[in-house]
Amino acid sequence: MQLFPCPFCGPRPETEFHYNGEAGNIRPDGAQVSAECWAGYLYERSNPKGAAREIWVHATCQEFFVMERDTVTHQLAATQTPGFAEHAE
Amino acid sequence: MTRRYSALSLFREGLANQTGWEPAWRSPQPRKTYDVIVIGGGGHGLSTVYYLARNHGITNVAVLEKGWIGGGNTGRNTTVVRSNYYYPESVALYGLAHRLYENLSGEINYNVMLSQRGMVTLCHSVAEMEIAARLVNAMQINGTDAELFSVEDVRRVLPNYNFAPDARFPVLGGVWQGRAGTARHDAVAWGYARAASRLGVDIIQNCEITDFIIEGGRCRGVETTRGAIRANRIGMAVAGHSSVLAAKAGFRLPINSYALQACVSEPVKPVLDTVVLSPGTGVYVSQSDKGEIVLGGALDRVPSYGQRGNLPTLESVIAGLLEMFPSFGQLKLMRQWAGIVDVVPDSSPIIGESPLPGLFLNCGWGTGGFKAIPAGGTLLAHLLATGRHHDISRPFDLDRFTTGRLLDEAAGSGIAH
Repeated sequence: MQLFPCPFCGPRPETEFHYNGEAGNIRPDGAQVSAECWAGYLYERSNPKGAAREIWVHATCQEFFVMERDTVTHQLAATQTPGFAEHAE
Repeated sequence: MTRRYSALSLFREGLANQTGWEPAWRSPQPRKTYDVIVIGGGGHGLSTVYYLARNHGITNVAVLEKGWIGGGNTGRNTTVVRSNYYYPESVALYGLAHRLYENLSGEINYNVMLSQRGMVTLCHSVAEMEIAARLVNAMQINGTDAELFSVEDVRRVLPNYNFAPDARFPVLGGVWQGRAGTARHDAVAWGYARAASRLGVDIIQNCEITDFIIEGGRCRGVETTRGAIRANRIGMAVAGHSSVLAAKAGFRLPINSYALQACVSEPVKPVLDTVVLSPGTGVYVSQSDKGEIVLGGALDRVPSYGQRGNLPTLESVIAGLLEMFPSFGQLKLMRQWAGIVDVVPDSSPIIGESPLPGLFLNCGWGTGGFKAIPAGGTLLAHLLATGRHHDISRPFDLDRFTTGRLLDEAAGSGIAH
């Protein structure tokens, strides 16, 4: 069992957290958004091997935050409260 | 040298002190150019090069594998072969694979140990029974075999299931597919490799792709740890690492990579002669020919490229198994492992040309690629040989994420991912 750091509650078991998507996936805006642009936002992902920047939610307190993590070693690098613009999904 | 495998050749080699066997496949040095390169020496890549040679007569072909063939998800899955899907497009795809599996051992002269022992998907509630009836109707209409099982039917095939009155997951019935079963996963990789090598295909191991050669907006080859290799058309069948190669080629895919883990117990006497899936406990289980209980469950919930698997998922899978078969609590686990699977939002594969012309995709099989190996190879080979879709692969093109015509098998057949 890995411990993830909730910015609000502190270290908690991984099972209390839910992956919420890649950080920085910003919803397209405006009246003229092409189908390709929607597909990019809705479906296409960088899915990096190694250093990743992800949005997570702590299900028990509903805190959303950005977690920087290595997807191979699962080592945690940093967590922070997301800026409004990169709040993904 | 003994080339063909048979009871007679086994007997002859026994008399000759086993000196006449030749290696199952050649390991040549890579050439500078080929007509076609396939990246990824797993089941899908190896079946692709075999069908390129057999169906299309294209033998100036290499399959490039960064490690050893069949060492990725092909050697890590739980070996189930089935075609119990909902949508007609999916039944056409998985049905093709299922039929090809049924004739594979004879065709490639390699025993893949296909055992059509049947598979039951359990229902634990009235609502699940309603959905099961709908699913069985759809499968029968689409031309694959399926049968709605009552609780008595389940009791007949699974006498050691927990039918106690206080069972946490009582069984009301299930969906039966009698032609489903298991096959020996390594044999599928080795058998295709041997058959392809016989037809002239080069199998290149320890050859990792470092970059793509792109000229005039078209993929012309690959840079590898064993030098540059050029080809007219390039196929890619690398499962959980598809996004990594896509990034090198300059595009993104609708894929998230997750670890899917499995484990086996010590070998025991025959106790379970079907494949069992319980959506309620999230567990699928069968017994291998060696006697090991082979089980798996849901994805790990953390996106990952680490081929290990984490503890919470393993715990829930084992807890689910013991709810289903309390007697299995006496078993000792021997091994646990994970493979990295390529999960797509609609739980259907991606087959077709990539955004980089000349580079063709076979990916997105998620947790269920093994059962589809013969079809994935047939269809990617067709694309690489002709440049055009086979009728069966057309609905699975990458363009469905732009047109919105998804094939949501998670909703259709209730597969978890």
